[in-house]
Amino acid sequence: MEIEIDGKIADVPDGSTIMDAAQQLGTYIPHFCYHKKLSIAANCRMCLVQVEKAPKPMPACATPVTNGMKVFTHSDLAIKAQKGVMEFLLINHPLDCPICDQGGECQLQDLAVGYGGARSRFQEDKRIVFYKEVGPLISMKEMARCIHCTRCVRFGQEIAGLMELGMANRNMHSEITTFLGRSIDSELSGNMIDLCPVGALTSKPFRYSARSWELARRKSVSPHDSLGANLTVQIKNNVVMRVLPRENEDVNECWISDKDRFSYESLNSPARLTKPMIRIDGALREVEWNVALDYVTHGLKDVIATHGGESIAALASPHSTLEELYLLQKLTRGLGSGNVDFRPRRRDFSSDGHLAGIPWLGRKLSEINDLDAALVVGSFLRKDHPLFAQRLRQLTRKWGKVSLLSVAADDQLMNLHASRAVSPAELPMALASVLKAAAQLKQAVIPAGLETVEPCEISQAIARTLVEGEKGAIFLGNVAEQNPQAAELHALALELAKLTGATCGFIGEAANSVGGYVAKALPTKLNAREMFDQPRKAYFLLGVEPELDCHDPQGAVSALKAASLVVLMTPFSDLAACEYADALLPITPFTETAGTFVNCEGRVQSFRGLVRPFGEARPAWKIIRVLGNLLDLSGFDYESSEQVRGEMVPEAEEFVGGLSNSLRDISWSMAAPKNGGLQRIADVPIHFADPLARRSPSLQKTRDSAVPTARMNSHTMATIGVVDGAKVRVRQAQGVVELSSQVDESVPANCLRVAAAHPATAALGEMFGAINVERA
Amino acid sequence: MLSAESLQRIDREIAKYPADQRQSAVMAALAIAQEEKGWLPGEAIEFVAEYLGMPPIAAFEVATFYNMYDLRPVGKYKVTVCTNLPCMLSGGVDAGEYLKKKLGIDYNETTADGLITLKEGECMGACGDAPVMIVNNRRMCSWMNPEQIDKLLAELK
Amino acid sequence: MAILGAINPMLTAGLDGDKAWHLADYVKRGGYAALRRILEQKIAQGDVINEVKKSVLRGRGGAGFPTGLKWSFMPRSFPGDKYVVCNSDEGEPGTFKDRDILRYDPHSVIEGMIIAAYAMGAGRGYNYIHGEVWDIYQRFEEALAEARAAGLIGKDILGSGFDFELFAHHGYGAYICGEETALLESIEGKKGQPRFKPPFPASFGLYGKPTTINNTETFASIPYIINLGGESYLNAGKPNNGGTKLFSVSGHVNRPGNYEIPLGTPFASLLEMAGGMRGGRKLKACIPGGSSAPVVPAAQMMDCTMDYDSISKAGSMLGSGAVIVMDETTCMVRALERLSFFYYEESCGQCTPCREGTNWLYKIVHRIEHGQGRPDDLDLLGSVTTNIMGRTICALGDAASMPVQSFIKHFRDEFAYHIDNKKCLVPVDVQRAGSGFFTATV
Ligand SMILES: Cc1cc2nc3c(=O)[nH]c(=O)nc-3n(C[C@H](O)[C@H](O)[C@H](O)COP(=O)(O)O)c2cc1C
Ligand code: SF4
Ligand code: FES
Repeated sequence: MEIEIDGKIADVPDGSTIMDAAQQLGTYIPHFCYHKKLSIAANCRMCLVQVEKAPKPMPACATPVTNGMKVFTHSDLAIKAQKGVMEFLLINHPLDCPICDQGGECQLQDLAVGYGGARSRFQEDKRIVFYKEVGPLISMKEMARCIHCTRCVRFGQEIAGLMELGMANRNMHSEITTFLGRSIDSELSGNMIDLCPVGALTSKPFRYSARSWELARRKSVSPHDSLGANLTVQIKNNVVMRVLPRENEDVNECWISDKDRFSYESLNSPARLTKPMIRIDGALREVEWNVALDYVTHGLKDVIATHGGESIAALASPHSTLEELYLLQKLTRGLGSGNVDFRPRRRDFSSDGHLAGIPWLGRKLSEINDLDAALVVGSFLRKDHPLFAQRLRQLTRKWGKVSLLSVAADDQLMNLHASRAVSPAELPMALASVLKAAAQLKQAVIPAGLETVEPCEISQAIARTLVEGEKGAIFLGNVAEQNPQAAELHALALELAKLTGATCGFIGEAANSVGGYVAKALPTKLNAREMFDQPRKAYFLLGVEPELDCHDPQGAVSALKAASLVVLMTPFSDLAACEYADALLPITPFTETAGTFVNCEGRVQSFRGLVRPFGEARPAWKIIRVLGNLLDLSGFDYESSEQVRGEMVPEAEEFVGGLSNSLRDISWSMAAPKNGGLQRIADVPIHFADPLARRSPSLQKTRDSAVPTARMNSHTMATIGVVDGAKVRVRQAQGVVELSSQVDESVPANCLRVAAAHPATAALGEMFGAINVERA
Repeated sequence: MLSAESLQRIDREIAKYPADQRQSAVMAALAIAQEEKGWLPGEAIEFVAEYLGMPPIAAFEVATFYNMYDLRPVGKYKVTVCTNLPCMLSGGVDAGEYLKKKLGIDYNETTADGLITLKEGECMGACGDAPVMIVNNRRMCSWMNPEQIDKLLAELK
Repeated sequence: MAILGAINPMLTAGLDGDKAWHLADYVKRGGYAALRRILEQKIAQGDVINEVKKSVLRGRGGAGFPTGLKWSFMPRSFPGDKYVVCNSDEGEPGTFKDRDILRYDPHSVIEGMIIAAYAMGAGRGYNYIHGEVWDIYQRFEEALAEARAAGLIGKDILGSGFDFELFAHHGYGAYICGEETALLESIEGKKGQPRFKPPFPASFGLYGKPTTINNTETFASIPYIINLGGESYLNAGKPNNGGTKLFSVSGHVNRPGNYEIPLGTPFASLLEMAGGMRGGRKLKACIPGGSSAPVVPAAQMMDCTMDYDSISKAGSMLGSGAVIVMDETTCMVRALERLSFFYYEESCGQCTPCREGTNWLYKIVHRIEHGQGRPDDLDLLGSVTTNIMGRTICALGDAASMPVQSFIKHFRDEFAYHIDNKKCLVPVDVQRAGSGFFTATV
């Protein structure tokens, strides 16, 4: 289709609108309600343009291009129409620009300069709109500023999958509101602040703290989940004031999760560790860096001298940078230990040594958009991976059939084709059912060990989507990786992928879940579990909070308590580990250090330090470098983080090499899960997943951060004889905690859902282990 | 929340629409809920939304858009007078004034005994019968001259 | 009974008494013969549509779009569901004809809809009935039950193999739902907010499926067209204005009510049928096609014949056929104030010019009526209406603007008098007397 806009010619596909064509030509047409990621509302009427032969001005956002169409965006007719609309938008808009948070980045303000009249012809009283209280993240204090573009409403319906805002009433009394004072709880809610073209929805944490023109904008990358959302970090006086999405269509599109957006509050937290601390006379005391480093090197040397290098273990958080992970494993190995790992929430490591390459998503993120079928195995999908889930949600809005096989039936806010929740122990069998059903559909040889498996209807429905869909994908989520039978799940998924032509891959838990493999932060001796099962003398913890980050906090903490040296590299001081740590070394979070995250698709994303380190905190890679030197290890004379990275990934390489999810010589046993007793299902609450999110006061006020309950179905509840909401005592091995009970019919039989990663449950043991519950 | 009879009526409405379009019955369901409760409290809206599988805010949008829903309690009888132009020409406005005086209340007010709420309405599609008024969204009263209004009020007492 | 008179009636012929609505009576009057003939003789879909085209039946809902042409827009070989929808959301001030059609002759609408569904291959239909007329909705439900019991709707209608389900949907008080796409949204269980067109309902209608929407009276005319033949129907009216039409006459006449007359009948005859001017007073102005149509001063109106072309020549629209008659006791500022309030109140609130503009218009007219008008207010009103018209999603923006423009155009002096003298040319007690509230007996 050919179209002429202001004399310039564009060639656009059938079905394009005038707005699409204008964007292709780089012609700006003023607009408010139009947004490229949202459905077309055509309600603001700001984009009216003149179309040859049309008697009336037409909205560019909604008018389809016809061949040979001639459009004038600046003709008399067009300008008159646009000015007319602008006048209407302004008559009821408050004149509070000087105190409005949106000032300087307000589309209305910008356009009013060009299209607004000098003087108002409207001399009546302006509309009054009452403010709304909608939770800790979004402020709806000045709703009179709203121009009714309904972007926020459409975002909820279409992108977040959860309609929390609506436009109530009609005529000029229309107003954006939640249902009867409810809060906005979507984990993607902050995007509505960005979408609001005026200052009606503003960021509660950021409000009135700075004017947009005072802020320096810097590029960064989210340190939270495995998607690696691209960020713009805004800074004033060396302080991070705000975090916004940086558009990258291939990664986060134009969105970020609330965790990505509001975690920055913890960067300025009073809990930041500002000086090194070491244990002196039984108490942790602040010391100078040289004293602390001296203490640590001597401690390590002593342990090695008496117990050998293998008595040391190092455990890193998967949220660490590539450079940190690389140097940590190098240091550990240099000290003669093979006990290094970055996967503290794992339980089953039997695929180690069988991996053909670096486990990853199995396909590019952007290649999710045109899948015909996807199966997610073992995931609290939308809370574990908000933006990844969002991509799948868009898929379900088109043709894609998405299924979920997991341990909980939480609402994923998308139109799932099929969904099944089973106990963690039964997860392999559930996947095997799908595999068997697929084999039957394909009339292929039934894989060994599955002869007696009887696929249920849901398994068959899932298998059908993968067999029939041309492009299919199987995604293993956090639960699949943390499951005690992770390797078996992996092997089954591979087989299913092979049979159906789908890809198979891991969504990955954290910012560097792929990067850790690239950095080789992997055990050659004891893994993240064994290093606690077989206690070591000295531990080196990088960014890990054992009580919250380990698969079995009980086991980890008891080993740590018994060790003679525990060194913690951490940005924060408010740690449970202060009880047993011997040294705390203050490290810098992602905004204060250069580094690299490799996201789930293997994309290498480096970032720079944006603000000066807080207090005396130092980038962890530099600290490890110094330690390497102090410990007389060779190969620790790096000058820059780029140099460190260069040893792993060639410069300018967009994706890491060696990605593969294949397994060598691993099969499944299909051992029937032993029954008897309750099994724990542990989710990691979205805003407790990492140390930064945990310390963001605003995130901690959201519903997602509520104290975990003991969730069980009514049958289980009846067995222990309590009523919904009653206090119960939950026990795993020696650990006991008291929680409120909650009926949740979606919890599978013989299971108790108790979240991990929360102080209230930190005394418990394995995430998917045996558990007991009784009346309190 | 709602009586079995109301639910039965709602189910009958749902059956009018394709199986995957339960939301189509929301207007009827809200009307039925209002009839049972006398007005539409938030819980009733939420109940209806849940019953039909739609977000509560979407049902709220509907409840606040159509003006025969009452989001605040009204008297036992809600009398809505049409004052639109065609009716006005034949006494619609005068009828409203007459009622106000008789009841001692203004539009959108309820008599002290909680009996009658007076509302001003838009065109009811009965302009030929002006003045017209509707009692409780249901009963249309035509040609309401002073005499007829007195009769109606006496009957409602 | 509010169908008070007719000339050569079709729709209202033989409607006497409140019982005539039942199926048996309708059949006695020749009802369902058209449907039977179509189904028994297996008349091709295209031929049915052609007959309607020949009749030059123009939509009775307001826009006057040729019905046969509209039907031919429906995709022939669409694989999924298709819908026909009847618009009985009669809310245009002055219009009350559909109410009487449904009250006295609901089966004509049902038959018309079945024929339409047959002609367009639709399997399902809805009749959207105005919220305020509960008894009419009830009656239509009863009529549907009768038709269903007689095998006229449902599966395999009259043994023809043709299936069609028909239901009633009750509105709940929103004028805008008369706009066809708002009506569809409303059936879908949403706020009645009009959709941007294109896509038109014929390709993306109810639940996203091809849909045709017609007014009650339009559907009710269909059986007569099939029975008489398109040409005879056309000839009952005048060229380009086929058939008879129901006119709702309201306001300052002695016998307000519905009158069925052939299109092209002089306005004077209609006025006479309606008993002439109330109290013998003089005609001041008339809104000939529902409140959205521009007002026409007395002299011009008396020259009009009641058809689309003549009224259009007088600068107004036949619209829905609602004739609002105003005599010399009418204050035109007050009349416009009430209309402007209506459009402001009923704006769906979706698009900027209408949401903000209708309220602004009302505020200005209100100000003038209440003695606070300013000298440049009339120009401001003119400018605001031009900024609304043609720039909104649906035609409500135009509907709100046309009365303002036409009232000022024809009665500018009266508005100016209000502004200058802070009071009305017509004394308040005279206005009051005009309504007849305290004197009339029925
Ligand atoms: C604001 C507005 C209100 C309308 N109200 C009605 C109405 O009450 N009844 C009606 O039949 N058409 C109404 N219409 C016209 C419909 O949109 C549509 O054109 C009509 O129902 C089509 O049927 P017809 O072709 O048989 O006239 C309205 C249009 C607008 C813009
Ligand atoms: S013109 Fe008015 S009624 Fe029509 S869509 Fe716009 S706001 Fe709604
Ligand atoms: S951008 Fe087109 S109408 Fe709003």
